[in-house]
Amino acid sequence: MTLTPDDVARLARLARIDLTVEELTKLAPQLDVIIASNRLVSEVATADVTPTSHPLPLTNVFRSDEVVASLPVADALAMAPAAEEDRFRVPRILEEEQ
Amino acid sequence: MSADILRATAAELSSELAAGNVSSVEVVTAHLDQITRIDEDVHAFLSLDAGRALDRARHIDAARAAGEALGPLAGVPLALKDVFAYRGLPTTCGSRTLENWVPPYDATVTRRLADAGLIILGKTNMDEFAMGSSTENSAFGPTHNPWDLDRIPGGSGGGSAAAVASFMAPLAMGTDTGGSIRQPAAVTGTVGVKPTYGGVSRFGLVALASSLDQGGPCARTVLDAALLHEAVAGHDPRDSTSIPAPVPPVVAAARSGDVSGMRIGVVSELGGEGYQDGVEVRFNEALVLLQKAGAELVEVSCPHFAYALAAYYLILPAECSSNLARFDAMRYGLRIGDDGTHSAEEVMSASRGAGFGEEVKRRIIIGTYALSSGYYDAYYGSAQKVRTLIRQDFERAFAEADVLVSPTTPTTAFRIGERIDDPMAMYKNDLCTIPSNLAGNASGSFPCGLAPEDGLPVGLQVMAPAMADDRVYRVGAALERELSAIWGGTVIDQLADSTAGDYLGVSREGVL
Amino acid sequence: MDELMDFAEVLERFDPVLGLEVHVELNTASKMFCGCATAFGAAPNTQTCPVCLGLPGTLPVLNGKAVESAIRIGLALNCEIASWCRFARKNYFYPDMTKDFQTSQYDEPIAYEGHVSVETGGVVYEVPIERAHMEEDAGKLVHVGGATGRIEGAEYSLLDYNRAGVPLIEIVTKPVFGTGDRAPEVAREYVADLRDMVRALGVSDVRMEQGSLRCDANVSLMPKGSDTLGTRTETKNLNSLRSIERALRYEIRRQGAVLAAGGRVTQETRHWNEAGGYTTSGRSKEQAEDYRYFPEPDLVPVAPSREWVAELRATLPEPPAERRRRLTTEWGFTEAEMRDVQGAGALDLVLATVVAGAPPAAARKWWVAELARRANETGTDLDGLPITPAQVAAVQALVDAGTVNDKLARQVIDGVLAGEGDPAAVVAARGLAVVSDDGALGVAVDAAIEANPDVADKIRAGKVQAAGALIGAVMRTMGGKADAAKVRELILTRLS
Ligand SMILES: [Mg+2]
Ligand SMILES: [Zn+2]
Repeated sequence: MTLTPDDVARLARLARIDLTVEELTKLAPQLDVIIASNRLVSEVATADVTPTSHPLPLTNVFRSDEVVASLPVADALAMAPAAEEDRFRVPRILEEEQ
Repeated sequence: MSADILRATAAELSSELAAGNVSSVEVVTAHLDQITRIDEDVHAFLSLDAGRALDRARHIDAARAAGEALGPLAGVPLALKDVFAYRGLPTTCGSRTLENWVPPYDATVTRRLADAGLIILGKTNMDEFAMGSSTENSAFGPTHNPWDLDRIPGGSGGGSAAAVASFMAPLAMGTDTGGSIRQPAAVTGTVGVKPTYGGVSRFGLVALASSLDQGGPCARTVLDAALLHEAVAGHDPRDSTSIPAPVPPVVAAARSGDVSGMRIGVVSELGGEGYQDGVEVRFNEALVLLQKAGAELVEVSCPHFAYALAAYYLILPAECSSNLARFDAMRYGLRIGDDGTHSAEEVMSASRGAGFGEEVKRRIIIGTYALSSGYYDAYYGSAQKVRTLIRQDFERAFAEADVLVSPTTPTTAFRIGERIDDPMAMYKNDLCTIPSNLAGNASGSFPCGLAPEDGLPVGLQVMAPAMADDRVYRVGAALERELSAIWGGTVIDQLADSTAGDYLGVSREGVL
Repeated sequence: MDELMDFAEVLERFDPVLGLEVHVELNTASKMFCGCATAFGAAPNTQTCPVCLGLPGTLPVLNGKAVESAIRIGLALNCEIASWCRFARKNYFYPDMTKDFQTSQYDEPIAYEGHVSVETGGVVYEVPIERAHMEEDAGKLVHVGGATGRIEGAEYSLLDYNRAGVPLIEIVTKPVFGTGDRAPEVAREYVADLRDMVRALGVSDVRMEQGSLRCDANVSLMPKGSDTLGTRTETKNLNSLRSIERALRYEIRRQGAVLAAGGRVTQETRHWNEAGGYTTSGRSKEQAEDYRYFPEPDLVPVAPSREWVAELRATLPEPPAERRRRLTTEWGFTEAEMRDVQGAGALDLVLATVVAGAPPAAARKWWVAELARRANETGTDLDGLPITPAQVAAVQALVDAGTVNDKLARQVIDGVLAGEGDPAAVVAARGLAVVSDDGALGVAVDAAIEANPDVADKIRAGKVQAAGALIGAVMRTMGGKADAAKVRELILTRLS
């Protein structure tokens, strides 16, 4: 076992997902199996192989610097869980800006 | 009349509409009625858009009456996977998180469907955020396989495949990240094509894994799939990864079905152990038919396909962990715990904990792990290298063969609930379909019969090089022609006319 | 309150090592990845769309002009331009980021390995540039319910995403060694030079007060004689050149005190309090954030051709440092005078005024003394004043022609600033021209002599310097509009 419930809890925090104790106990061994079998990739991923990030070799796709109409504010905010003064309202933030 | 409409292919409806033998309103009404009648059993749809569909049908009928030039599919109804943004209807992606989210914009695919005069009946069920191979991961309950309602219709696009297979729509749009169009097509006896990556715009398609996702057609015939493919494909300046080149001649290829002189490569790694007997039997029979149609069979080896599943289940979770970060309850979507006592951080975590299902959580956590510092090289970095090796396998194989073939899935449709607690067993459904997503090439699944042991459909997968999507259709059409000559119809016709398909209400006896 | 060590004492024991991160907001018309406008100060959320709101399903498309600006900045910083590079996703959750990742560049910046030279106090310092990369800005938060609109104690926050997706270029230096006690000034001059350079390139408004140029200053102390880097702090929220210098001076003194007391500097972000003149501890970076960078799959790589880069290189203006050296010589200014011009942000204005015909010294005097004071009073920038370099040159021409004296010239400037038209029109409308007509002046001079017989006697006795009192009297009668030289001449002629 390389992935403990504690590891899963730490990852869940990083991913901002609350997990119940039951979920943690169920997930940890499942994830462990998945990750162990995925470790297979390192068998052939030798230093001389270049990684592929994009399936097709396109480069330099640009748009011209032209202004396009924005959304009406009402549309932008229509789906907001809370809004105030044409802004999205969010609960108080504890952490500082990056 | 109604059953005739339901049994008709999109191509047939197209000519009947053009000839004035039927109106779009009649066609749309017949399909809405079919949905009302049987979708309680199948559960292919998450939402219906009857009012707007009928309005559009009236509009198309009026335009036709006024002599306006209309596209070939104008007035033909379609089911849209609930992962494409469509104004005026929720786009849920099968998730609680987005249960009430109505996008303020249309996906490029949605817009092109409308421009082509296709009429969207509603949105179809799917595994949450397209994560799954059975549609059991939908937050709104599973979709049932029209062949056997106790079985899965495949996934993630089980709703789209089931809608087409149960005559609730002649066409549907799906998306395919690791097989989500092809695997449901295989297990429902329908046609599903994943175009070349970049062939169909991803703008407005809610991303699962950006470098793998691709929208594509679901249909009951090869020609129908090609017609839909042509309607939605082509360069889109809103998608940086969209290919700036003309759409391959897929409709012509589907009409021709000429495989004479074509070299068809059988991938030796995709078969054998773990493959259901009936799947292999039908697959091998299909090869014989293709050979009879003039194709030359060659054996090819793609040794790195053995690593595809492992690479896929690192790349996909990594990309999805990032793509799904935006569902943080701040701007839209489910918000839990905003009672003035909890911080934004707490509300984010609580909302994501409550809004995401088990499989989504599983993959986000794996992806977070695969990208985290100290593990990147071993996992994500290595998986991207495997991707290179698989691409090179394809390149070598395509030097020897014009297309590659394999079974689409190792097994036929399994029972609902059978694999839900065994993620690894579930993941193996996608063994054959994943390599094409990793490499970005075109790939489709075509019915090749029913497995003798369970009477369930088997799919044959055709893989072609990037931007050679037409070859996929050429082979699919050849197979369809040869098999129909033997059966006197498609695989789906066999369902419609069987006792198992009685509930569909479209048997020939009923028609006649 | 932090313990501080005397600055000179710190420098006796330690060498400061600087590291500067500057974010420049580009002045493209549209955002980095969508077509929304970037104008500053628009009503909340009026410049947003599905893409910059990060709505599900949306995709970015890169603004070609932003890439061009990035390359030009890179070239101006003497950087190498990557022949192939990608964007990456920097993953972290924060409500001001609509996708909860920032689209940025990670290990493949568009520009890298550059250098600029910064001159202060007659010494030239080489500042090595590590990289300049492209990224997107985040939205703006307003914290509600706290005492001061700060994040601490707020009940909730409001978000405006107009700024989300505005293109940024982040310019990062390598550690800057050997600046000694000049470290704070070098940092300040570096940012000032960068600002001038970017302005000359025309790719940003570089207004620190509006946030279109933002600086984070890193500093650490290395014990003298050691070559082991100390632990650094990163001070944010520096929104003027002056605050960069002050904050660094403060941090150097604070870290000096910590180390001298045998303590350990904490690696952390600190915030500059402008009013109090001190830094406060922010987020500790002891547990480094795990950003899980990976190549952005929704954007394809950027591969600028050699031809394109060469084309852009040809558009570069003269480097600011070289230009400043050249103009100092050409104008005959002292180092100190040029520093004043530079410090007032008046270099381009002075140059334009000289080009319009004014002597350099006069142009400098008007902008640095007179107009800088007025800009200060009205709380605007120099270039925000409603007067053009050509108008300033015209005022000086009136002075040189004797049409107005210095005092009247200031009134002419009042008129121009008040929107009364060009200097000539103001002179005419306000009747500001000096009187040099012998007849009118003679009457006033005679009256002054008669009214001040004792002064007149002194002058007759040879005390020529007493003439000033009579000149003053004439000026008063003439409402300040007399030609002073002419008056003096008339007085001396009459009393000799
Ligand atoms: Mg940055
Ligand atoms: Zn926008």
